[in-house]
Amino acid sequence: MRNIFYLFKKELRSYFYSPIAYVVLFIFLVITGYFFSAIVTFYSMISFQAMQQPAAAANLNITEGVVNPLFSNMAVIILLMMPILTMRLFSEEKRLGTFELLMTYPIRDIEVVLGKFLACVTVFAIMLALSLVYPILIAWVGRPDIKPFISAYLGIFLMGSAFISLGILISTLTENQIIAAVASFGVLIIFWVIGFSAENTGPTLGSVLRHLSIIEHFQNFAKGIVDTKDLIYYLNFTLFFLFLTLRSLESNKWRG
Amino acid sequence: MIAVENLTKYYGTLPAIQGVSFRVEKGEILGFLGPNGAGKTTTMRILTGFMPATSGTATVAGYDVFKDSLEVRKRIGYLPENVPIYNDMEVSAYLNFVTEVKGVPKKLRKEKIQQVIKNCGLESVSNRMIKNLSKGYRQRVGLAQALVNDPEVLILDEPTMGLDPKQITEIRHLIKELATEKTIILSSHILPEVSMICQRVVIINQGKVVAEDTTENLTSRSQTSRRILLQVDGPSEVVLKILREVNGVNRVQRKDQVTGNIFNYEVEASKDRDVRRDLAHAIVQSGNGLLELRPVEVSLEDVFVKLVTEEEG
Repeated sequence: MRNIFYLFKKELRSYFYSPIAYVVLFIFLVITGYFFSAIVTFYSMISFQAMQQPAAAANLNITEGVVNPLFSNMAVIILLMMPILTMRLFSEEKRLGTFELLMTYPIRDIEVVLGKFLACVTVFAIMLALSLVYPILIAWVGRPDIKPFISAYLGIFLMGSAFISLGILISTLTENQIIAAVASFGVLIIFWVIGFSAENTGPTLGSVLRHLSIIEHFQNFAKGIVDTKDLIYYLNFTLFFLFLTLRSLESNKWRG
Repeated sequence: MIAVENLTKYYGTLPAIQGVSFRVEKGEILGFLGPNGAGKTTTMRILTGFMPATSGTATVAGYDVFKDSLEVRKRIGYLPENVPIYNDMEVSAYLNFVTEVKGVPKKLRKEKIQQVIKNCGLESVSNRMIKNLSKGYRQRVGLAQALVNDPEVLILDEPTMGLDPKQITEIRHLIKELATEKTIILSSHILPEVSMICQRVVIINQGKVVAEDTTENLTSRSQTSRRILLQVDGPSEVVLKILREVNGVNRVQRKDQVTGNIFNYEVEASKDRDVRRDLAHAIVQSGNGLLELRPVEVSLEDVFVKLVTEEEG
């Protein structure tokens, strides 16, 4: 167990020794900052209009008007960023050959996988923590309901962790970081859009596709609803891909 | 300490090693010798548990390298061929990471790192980033990470490759020093290195062991007869006749001409008899000038080339 921590430490350190983490954090904050200001500006404009027409004001709430659009946009940015964070985890070790040395140290495969996964999740969590400045700004100027923010953050954290687990799996399959990033991105997009075709298929297949969709389960979180089925989906997704990563490492020993 | 039996590894349908067997006793340095692509690295990777063999068994300190992989990995220090170490870490931070994952108790870590930094001559670079180190220092860091937890067994894949002559001497010296307390397997395709450091040699070619013996035995074994080189000033027909008549000489051959009447001759005599005194005596008595007389030493190099080419033929 202690080995997980040692690997975690090493991996986290190398994220911040290289420019990757800083670049990703910076770009994430710039883009979400832009979205935040655009969404809040729009929301305040509508609020002014609502002051003239009290009937419209009844439909106005900050969850629908700010939290949902802000976090839906954030989800897209995370979809683009996570493959960049995960691509190097195993690919680089394989290309440099450090993977061979790592595998001959007295540590278990699962400790390696969890150490790397947790390090990446930590970078992601730092990313989210920095974006807390947006709800703090809103809380400063108004008195919003804080619970939808909590649920949205929980949702995006779970979804991002699911992205990371898939990215790690793909990073074990190739020595090339670009291929790892592009392939993770491709597979994530498929999981993202798989629900789109639900309308064109029968009711049974349609609901299966909708349940498989990685973004479908996020909608509730962004609306301030924490549903166990969505929780379980993300946890399952993450554990499944971590398990496959472990198998993939093991298969390295068997394949010639 | 290390026992390898009938180890075979196929990459797809391509055999990398076939039926490799050897033993290494405690405190011994075994040289693993072979041309490039002979299967040295494959054997070492199997021993370190990085990949399993197709068939056959290998044990290190009594533990099977596949079934008790973790136990084996606790006891070995491995230096792979291209010294794969993390570029984006400082030397001391890297060594600290290695002691952590190798399970060195927290209290001992600092001391072990200090010690290995001193032994490997890394004092001056211990706070530098690994990516900024020269090849020689990288190699030493590689050796340091193998040594840092004081393992019983060291497996070194081409530890002197890519170093300059001074560094090579230093690394060899270091390995020799270590040998007093550790069991070492060292692979190389440089012969003098093996004959200098190792007590015993396994020569491997095309995935098969072609010879296994001590360095002295290997060189003397391939010497079926003693060869002596002479340089004599005198008419060659006469000299040949004189040489052939010496007791114990099996064959005489005239080699190249030096100048005028001076020729080189090669004499083959039976192994159990030193004919040098008789040869010198015979030449001098006949009135010809004996300019040079020396035995031709068979080096490990000759043995190696002989064994490897025999195998191919």
